Amino acid sequence: MKLDSMYQEIILDHYRNPHGKGLRDGDAEVHHVNPTCGDEITLRVRLDGPVVADVSYESQGCSISQASASVLNDLLVGKSVGDAQQVQEAFLELMQSKGQGEGDEEVLEDAVAFAGVSKYPARVKCALLSWMAWKDATAQALAQRPE
Amino acid sequence: MTLPGLLDTDAIRKDFPILQRLLHDGQPLVYLDNAATSQKPQQVLDALTSYYERHNANVHRGVHVLAEEATALYEGARDKVAAFVNAPSRDEVVFTKNASESLNLVANMLGWADEPYRVDRDAEIVITEMEHHSNIVPWQLLAQRTGATLKWFGLTDDGRLDLSDIERVITEKTKVVSFVLVSNILGTVNPVEAIVRRAQDVGAIVVVDASQAAPHMVLDVQALGADFVAFTGHKMLGPTGIGVLWGRHELLEDLPPFLGGGEMIETVSMSSSTYAPAPHKFEAGTPPIAQAVGLGAAVDYLNGIGMDAIAAHEHAITAYAVERLLEVPDLRIIGPGTAQDRGAAISFTLGDIHPHDVGQVLDEQGIAVRVGHHCARPVCLRYGIPATTRASFYLYSTPAEVDALVEGLHHVRRFFGAG
Ligand SMILES: Cc1ncc(COP(=O)(O)O)c(C=O)c1O
Repeated sequence: MKLDSMYQEIILDHYRNPHGKGLRDGDAEVHHVNPTCGDEITLRVRLDGPVVADVSYESQGCSISQASASVLNDLLVGKSVGDAQQVQEAFLELMQSKGQGEGDEEVLEDAVAFAGVSKYPARVKCALLSWMAWKDATAQALAQRPE
Repeated sequence: MTLPGLLDTDAIRKDFPILQRLLHDGQPLVYLDNAATSQKPQQVLDALTSYYERHNANVHRGVHVLAEEATALYEGARDKVAAFVNAPSRDEVVFTKNASESLNLVANMLGWADEPYRVDRDAEIVITEMEHHSNIVPWQLLAQRTGATLKWFGLTDDGRLDLSDIERVITEKTKVVSFVLVSNILGTVNPVEAIVRRAQDVGAIVVVDASQAAPHMVLDVQALGADFVAFTGHKMLGPTGIGVLWGRHELLEDLPPFLGGGEMIETVSMSSSTYAPAPHKFEAGTPPIAQAVGLGAAVDYLNGIGMDAIAAHEHAITAYAVERLLEVPDLRIIGPGTAQDRGAAISFTLGDIHPHDVGQVLDEQGIAVRVGHHCARPVCLRYGIPATTRASFYLYSTPAEVDALVEGLHHVRRFFGAG
């Protein structure tokens, strides 16, 4: 069934047991919403030198948006900001692939499970919500740094 | 399954080509998103095609055959709509592009009006917490621009207007009261009389958003007692791009135009202009001609079946749907829990499965519902939920489609491991 390509087991697992959920200390906080469906996320980023030390979040939304935030937390925490940005860009590219992309498992790990979501235009925004919030918060955290 | 009061849906469904569509490997379409927009019968599609194939011209200015035919068809549609809502005069029917434009038009007329209608910084505007964004934002804009105060009626836990404070909400300062006749998210049918009586006592203008009423029940603007009534063609079997604002004659005469352009003038010089009488004063530019003709055909179709019969059909389907939906574990109806004073839109939540996921799994079974906040986000905030799933019925909806929905919801629960 086509649905299974969207609702991969990995996605449902992350949805049921989200990783890193809850708000903790951060250097910058953003609040993003998806106006079409009302999904919302408040996300904080804490940087430690060049490293993404923590991404914490409180969110409300569908399985795709919740699972995506959980996978983001798994993937980006502990990476250098530069590496994390590359993962973010790869994920964005995958989600914009209209069902054509498979995603590089080396870079995206569990996040390749979202490839099927890219076929559903209405759901791409759900998958991207936390990633866009992370990008925004990281830019703000970097901007606040003393030169 | 047969219920008393049902229409002959087998015959009706044959008029709607789209309802024959099969989706995803042969699943029949179960279209339960009628509150968002209705499907269109062949008669409406034919009216549009034949207008463009045989009569297309601009209206009100040509002396040639086509221009006369187009004008007669366009103005004929106005006659049909006027009769459909029992307007005392055809000149009280203003064509717009949708209900949103109709409501914005009223808000702007009142913002630019002279006394006694003018909404200014001492004025109060009253709406309700169950309005569609189209009946919230135009009033917020008006309040921001004029300094007027925006007030609203809250909601009870079972999805009705809380009018217990009506004397405090509608006061001597109230210049306009605008409310929805049938809520698109809760399905509630509101008690018009109580609100209109209080508004008239204080001399306020009454605006009714009838977008979810005109398609589904007898709409009689004289019986309503309102000053303005707005609705939208695409939810009542008509095409998109055509809406209606009915307004009381004296008001349309007294209030200033909003959009300027061709069609709405009497004479124009470089320094000033005089305006055509209503309704043309409010119809600047080339109107949606084919769309008006299509709406006229939709009105003919609805009259052919009878609005009383349609209301009875939907009442039977709604009662059955409420009863069957409540069989689904963890399902909570957001809005009145019975079919009493209720339209055919039913919003619900299903445990903690997000509506987006509910809608997706239903779609896989060919069932089209709406998920989200339905352009009525304050209602979701009021009930502490992020969104709802909404099933909404119409004259072609069947008990078998209700059964398909209920079966689909059981499947959703199994899919997300809830049962
Ligand atoms: C109650 C209500 N008011 C207003 C509208 C706006 O209609 P339209 O989008 O056609 O302007 C809708 C439709 O979505 C509605 O349900």
